[in-house]
Amino acid sequence: MKPPAFEYEAPSTVEDAARLLADGGDDAKLLAGGQSLIPLLNLRFAAPSLLIDLNGVLELAHINEAAGELRIGALVRHSAVAGHALVAERHPLLAEALGYVAHPQIRNRGTIGGTTAHSDPAAEVPVVLLMSDARVIAHSTRGQREIAVDDLFVSIFTTSLEPDEIITEVIIPDRHVEPGTITGSSFQEFARRHGDYAIGGGAAIVELDAEGICRNARVGLLGAGMRPEESKAAAAVLENSTLAEDTVREAARVATAEINPLGNVHGDVQYRREVIREMTFRAVMTAANKAKAGTA
Amino acid sequence: MKRDIEVEVNGNRYRRTVEPRMLLTDFIRHELRLTGTHVGCEHGVCGACTIHFDGEPVRACVMLAVQADGHSLRTVESLAEEGQLNRLQRAFNECHGLQCGFCTPGFLMTLQPVVDAGEQLSDDEIRDAISGNLCRCTGYQQIVDAVNSALAPSQPDGHASTS
Repeated sequence: MKPPAFEYEAPSTVEDAARLLADGGDDAKLLAGGQSLIPLLNLRFAAPSLLIDLNGVLELAHINEAAGELRIGALVRHSAVAGHALVAERHPLLAEALGYVAHPQIRNRGTIGGTTAHSDPAAEVPVVLLMSDARVIAHSTRGQREIAVDDLFVSIFTTSLEPDEIITEVIIPDRHVEPGTITGSSFQEFARRHGDYAIGGGAAIVELDAEGICRNARVGLLGAGMRPEESKAAAAVLENSTLAEDTVREAARVATAEINPLGNVHGDVQYRREVIREMTFRAVMTAANKAKAGTA
Repeated sequence: MKRDIEVEVNGNRYRRTVEPRMLLTDFIRHELRLTGTHVGCEHGVCGACTIHFDGEPVRACVMLAVQADGHSLRTVESLAEEGQLNRLQRAFNECHGLQCGFCTPGFLMTLQPVVDAGEQLSDDEIRDAISGNLCRCTGYQQIVDAVNSALAPSQPDGHASTS
């Protein structure tokens, strides 16, 4: 349970980190919070030749608002994102989801850039970013580009980043809200113990007008397959309805009808599909009740 | 290649030369001989290795010693005040918040900031605060009792228990 040998560099700028990564070849790895990578090293599931530690790159530790967007530096810790006033105000679903991310000691180290680059389909932050139309800035010695998270998440632990690219920033646009509507959101996750790896989960954002009609819905699924998933089909069932219980049940059924969760010792495929369906149902119902109560 | 690091631990400065792959737990235990920090699962699950890194509880088994260069750490050895158990430690003692004691340093380092914050917490909030620490002996209830006791208003003699 000790990491294999590796070389270690601790750059203090993005430029230096990008150069080290470009020169380091395929076996170089970036170290952010390390709450997934160092366990993988300890278990010897990973054996990088070079670790490039980003924790001293202070330019990655900001949260700014600009032009209707929240820009979060890749190195911002989960605890800092969850406790930030602008996140609570504009993206309450993200703050709620972060409460399910492991435990306090891990949230003090884990970063938004790290969990995004890790691309775990059962992780909380990626599915919320997908539902929020977020983008990332990918930086390399060749320049930088923006990638929509929908294009970033390719498969389990696999992104569309090039080997020499570093995620430097996560950009979450403010939600477009129709005038006269009230938005509610909810994140529901099932695990054997709070903070453990999720067996399954669902998330919802719903927008209700003054007549109680759902004008807009987003439905996200946690642990549903090889990547974070969003169900447009479920959203279509919810939109233009009053979010009655039968409708929400039907939306949850539609959302999970074709998913293929990975079965393991904690539950087989069928069990996990049912867990995700129930969590999705509860998420939509809770989001609807929050919107009806005007509590976001 | 080995690297020189300088770390402040419990108010003392240490300079050592370490391999990059050395875990922070092993550095604290083997290089600094501070064996209060325990090593349980070594992959970030059990919480026995919890220390304070720049004031915040973290798991030392999923950090590297080289990452502590220039930083300030606190371990369980720092909790006692002038050779006497502090309020939280006394509460663990008085409420039987430990049996074998293996997990105790991790619980104490997780909970010290909670007690320092001084806010009254519900049992559910206490259980949430300790959700990242495993105990195989107590069943947790006595630990919850100990936190409640440590958070209770001070007695005149400064002890956590009622007498």
